[in-house]
Amino acid sequence: MTTETIAAPKTAAAKIYDWVDERLGLSELAAFARHKTVPVHSQSFWYYWGGISLFLFLVQCFTGVLLLVYYRPGVEAFESVRQITFVMHFGWLIRSAHAWSANLMIFAILVHMFSVYFMKAYRKPRELGWLSGMALLGIASVFGFSGYLLPMDELSYFATKVGLEIPAAIPSIGPAIANMLRGGPEVSEFTVQRFFALHVVVLPALFLPLLGFHLWLVQRHGNAVPPSEEAKPTTERKNMPFMPNFLRKDLAMWLISLNVLALLASVFPWALGKQFDLNSTTPVPAPAGIHPEWYFMSPFEMLKLLGNVLPGESGEIAGILLFSLGIALWVLIPFYDIKKESGQRARAAHYFGLLAVFALLATTVIGYWTIR
Amino acid sequence: MSDQIVTGEHIDLIDSEHLQRVVKEPLDPGEALTRRFFLAAGGAAGLLYTAALAYPIYRYLASPEEMALNGPAITEVTLKDAQKLVAGSVVMFKFGTAPAMLIHHQDGRWIALTAVCTHLGCTVQYEPQADRIHCACHGGVYNAYTGANVSGPPPKPLKLFKVAVSETGVVVSRS
Repeated sequence: MTTETIAAPKTAAAKIYDWVDERLGLSELAAFARHKTVPVHSQSFWYYWGGISLFLFLVQCFTGVLLLVYYRPGVEAFESVRQITFVMHFGWLIRSAHAWSANLMIFAILVHMFSVYFMKAYRKPRELGWLSGMALLGIASVFGFSGYLLPMDELSYFATKVGLEIPAAIPSIGPAIANMLRGGPEVSEFTVQRFFALHVVVLPALFLPLLGFHLWLVQRHGNAVPPSEEAKPTTERKNMPFMPNFLRKDLAMWLISLNVLALLASVFPWALGKQFDLNSTTPVPAPAGIHPEWYFMSPFEMLKLLGNVLPGESGEIAGILLFSLGIALWVLIPFYDIKKESGQRARAAHYFGLLAVFALLATTVIGYWTIR
Repeated sequence: MSDQIVTGEHIDLIDSEHLQRVVKEPLDPGEALTRRFFLAAGGAAGLLYTAALAYPIYRYLASPEEMALNGPAITEVTLKDAQKLVAGSVVMFKFGTAPAMLIHHQDGRWIALTAVCTHLGCTVQYEPQADRIHCACHGGVYNAYTGANVSGPPPKPLKLFKVAVSETGVVVSRS
């Protein structure tokens, strides 16, 4: 005699899940998520900042598309932004959210980068995570720089004009690069259009696959633990499941970020300066107190300070070289600080990090203090 | 158990051996926060939040439509020098955003009407040789004097405007 086990009839949802799972392997992903854990220790707070950066980037994509609905690059750039800000319903809020989120995103990326640095999460096997992260930071900076020009107000114009002097200062090939970026010898409507193409198409096309790679690496290698935690035996280390515990907290941090952004964007709406008249025959002077956004203030101030020490072109080149050297050392840290145990190199890397933080903060503050 | 009473703290820290859940003494039944209530309240809050986000985005995307609806409703259009229009010919113009036509007929009458076909919205045209209004899209025909839909798919006539001819131009206004 045989007994048959009759399974309970499947719900429609379960049937759909099965259909998709047979073709895409969803259950493998679900199993991975179920087993994924996140280390719990005194520095676990820093684990959120990569996710916060990601969230703010998604906000940028969303608000960016909304702005794209009414923005017109080229000669009508300012007028279209004026319409968005003052004519379209809640356009001011969408634009304000986009501008604030850009700043918050760069801030989150920097917190993320420094926390990774000081936790030494760039060490084997995570070197490529560090390198891809630095590339992402570079692209994010260009996002900020290109986006800043798009409204074509006076601040945009001069920020771009000054900013492009940096590549222009590179010996021999500099001016050619700057002219290519500018679309001519001066910042013009050609510049706006090519920065628009950069900002909306080229940079996203570069950023998204790199971001995917970066996130995949995090899944593959898991979260790194700081050296102090690594010293503990595995039985003493605490973990929490990713699903639902860490995910819940992660999403809560996203919600908090969204709330902060909403408050800032609505209570401190982003201003629109005076239009920069490209057709004006009389040269327009740079407005008093002109300065770059805070995330570019540091290199700006460093170049200024070096210019006081070494005036003229040599000062510019020295500044660029020094800054490039600093960045190169920073990027290559995973190949210097390699040993697991705390040693000379580990300490040196730590102090280098502190020096970098101090230098960046100090030059940023000085930059703001000395605004005329 | 459908309603679980969650009143205490629970530790979601999981060490390598076992799950720990600490449930303290429940408060008196009247104050107990049921899971169902919590989830419902959370869901409602989430819905409100989403609506608060969706509202400005909807208004933003609908701005041009709202502006067109609320904009000054055009009640009349002055066509300068249109009085010079030769008998048996037509001039197409815009009444607000919508296409319209002014016909100076052979018998001297001035007729102005909407040029939006009542079938599927194509812009119609006046044919002087046939003295009729024809829609090229699906062959609708209208009377060039009354706007009546005489043949083809159009379900409704074209609307007539009031016409006032002066020495300087023609004023077309809503009837």
